[in-house]
Amino acid sequence: MVSGADAFVFEPRTEADVIRVFQVARESGRKVALRGNGRSYGDANIAEEAIVLDICRMNRILEWNPETGVLHAEAGVTIEQLWRTSLGDGWWPPVVSGTMFPTLAGALAMNIHGKNAFHAGTIGEHVTAVRAVLPSGSVLTLTPADDAFYELISSAGLLAAITEVKIQMRAVASGDLRVLPLSIANWDEQFAAFESLADGADYLVSWIDAFASGRSAGRGLVHAAWYQEESGARPHSLREDHQDLPDTLMFGLPKSMMSNFLRPFNRRGGMRLINAAKFRASRTLGNGRPHPDSLVGFSFLLDYVPNWRNAYQPGGFIQYQSFVPKEHARRVFAEQFRLAQEVKQEPFLAVMKRHRPDRFLFSHAVDGYSLALDFKHTAKRHDDLWRLCHRMNDLVLAAGGRFYFAKDSTLRPSDVTQYLGEETIARFRARKAEWDPEGMLTSGLAQRVGLV
Amino acid sequence: MKSRKVIVVGASSGMGRELVRQLAARGDRVAAVARREDKLAELAAEHPQQILPFPHDVTQPESVPELFAEICRQLGGLDVIIYAAGVMPEVGATEYSFEKDRSMIEVNLTGAVAWLNAAADRFQNVGHGTIVGIGSVAGERGRQGQPMYNTTKAALKTYLEALRNRLSKRGIRVTTIKPGPTATEMTAHLKQTGMMGAEDAAERILRVMDSGKEKFLKPSHAIIFAIIRNIPTGVFRRLKL
Repeated sequence: MVSGADAFVFEPRTEADVIRVFQVARESGRKVALRGNGRSYGDANIAEEAIVLDICRMNRILEWNPETGVLHAEAGVTIEQLWRTSLGDGWWPPVVSGTMFPTLAGALAMNIHGKNAFHAGTIGEHVTAVRAVLPSGSVLTLTPADDAFYELISSAGLLAAITEVKIQMRAVASGDLRVLPLSIANWDEQFAAFESLADGADYLVSWIDAFASGRSAGRGLVHAAWYQEESGARPHSLREDHQDLPDTLMFGLPKSMMSNFLRPFNRRGGMRLINAAKFRASRTLGNGRPHPDSLVGFSFLLDYVPNWRNAYQPGGFIQYQSFVPKEHARRVFAEQFRLAQEVKQEPFLAVMKRHRPDRFLFSHAVDGYSLALDFKHTAKRHDDLWRLCHRMNDLVLAAGGRFYFAKDSTLRPSDVTQYLGEETIARFRARKAEWDPEGMLTSGLAQRVGLV
Repeated sequence: MKSRKVIVVGASSGMGRELVRQLAARGDRVAAVARREDKLAELAAEHPQQILPFPHDVTQPESVPELFAEICRQLGGLDVIIYAAGVMPEVGATEYSFEKDRSMIEVNLTGAVAWLNAAADRFQNVGHGTIVGIGSVAGERGRQGQPMYNTTKAALKTYLEALRNRLSKRGIRVTTIKPGPTATEMTAHLKQTGMMGAEDAAERILRVMDSGKEKFLKPSHAIIFAIIRNIPTGVFRRLKL
């Protein structure tokens, strides 16, 4: 969260408004940047001197069919609105991010993944139809039968403005998951746990202590989770009041105060201690003992602490996520940690997930693993941090890895060309020339990495 | 190095003009702002793809917000602003001209505040940017020869220091340049020898402009002016500097 731009924000309420925004942009000689709820970590939803088309007010559920689980909504509907609409009827969004606040438009522009990415893939794989407005004002509807469907979804808002989505929700019999925490001693155990659990688990995620080194490098805590069966026509666990996150955390501390409480610890020494303490606690507290957790509680960890980003003020932070084929992941991730430790810029939070490839244009997915790293940003060490990220990029690229535009602040044009490949970029440019010949759609990200 | 979007105010002569030339030559897009349209047109013709001329009189600060917004639109954003406009009319040893003093306040200080406030407001919202003010070693002490020039440069230095203290934590760099004696139109009447050329000064400014600090352009100046700053008032008065 270190990017910013000075721009004009328009908040359309209807598809006709969206078309009008493109007209206004054309008349005023400005470009257009598409924005959902601003949940991407970098500069993908902003652009200097552009018109920002913020889709959040197009937030009506148009149709919900509890028999088939297909939900039809305007694209400004958030993941929170999805589950609040469907869970009571026994349906859950097939793919969710770590926060419930992204819009469908943003989620599809980035083609988000969740902790079930290793078997559910990305959210685009569960969409049955998508409607979009081209900069010309034309409207089109695409389904998985169309090649363009796989280009629009994942194209980071650079081809058209998504206005409506039909998505197939996933049936669930219970609002709770069975969650198994497993304390992990090192990298070898991390990968062994993922490979052994991936066949049966519905969700898999691991927290890793990025400060640990030597024989403890890679230590952390894996959480595996399974959907539950529950008897009864409408189990209580499916109700919203069972799912809603608590207002207080440990010791009755109001959650709204947590970011202030965290701020004094939000430095290298404090975070080293917190990471070590979390690992020590994982060795005993609940280790290896399954327990129930609500779908919301397990899925949206980032929403437990409101405005947690404020703990990183005033400099902010960046998230860096790389995706590496399984045969190279252990070596690359261990080396990324070593590089960060070498320059004393360890990520304060590190999270690993398992993925599978998909056919979307700007796919980030691989048959392998991702490692998401939260780096504190300061003006003083800005250049050092970018240098570190570029060194980590080189490792990822050499291993045939990929990146994720929703979580990028540091990619260079050459990085993007290498990981996407010339053919993919040519395909993007051909579609861009067809749908957006004036080059109206842009973003800070697209300008930075040379896509526009 | 990636191409940056830069505004240079006071671009028609001296260091401002050289800064525009050198920024454009290295690939930056530069909005050249100055009063004299003919000089601006000549400058823009040197790098038509890189230099956008904007006629403007810095003694008209009320027109700055609209022009600033238009320049940002045409540049497609803003990364750096350099305020290089300045005047130093010849002032006699016994002369107290309000008109001359007011012109220095308007050009050297009020104009700077109008432009740099606009940039500071934008930069604090977007979280990045570099603000550069061309100060002067003349702002170090109240010298007999140029009371108001010294005052405006001292005020500019303090203003920039305050901006730096406000904005540095947000990732914005505020740099004060103290060039020392430089051969420009403004200093032609001084008949001083051994002055640094404007081209040389601009080169040195570009090297340090992202430092976010107060910078002398020559290492020797840092030593000389540290001594001058610490000369007791009574002694300084008798030195006739």
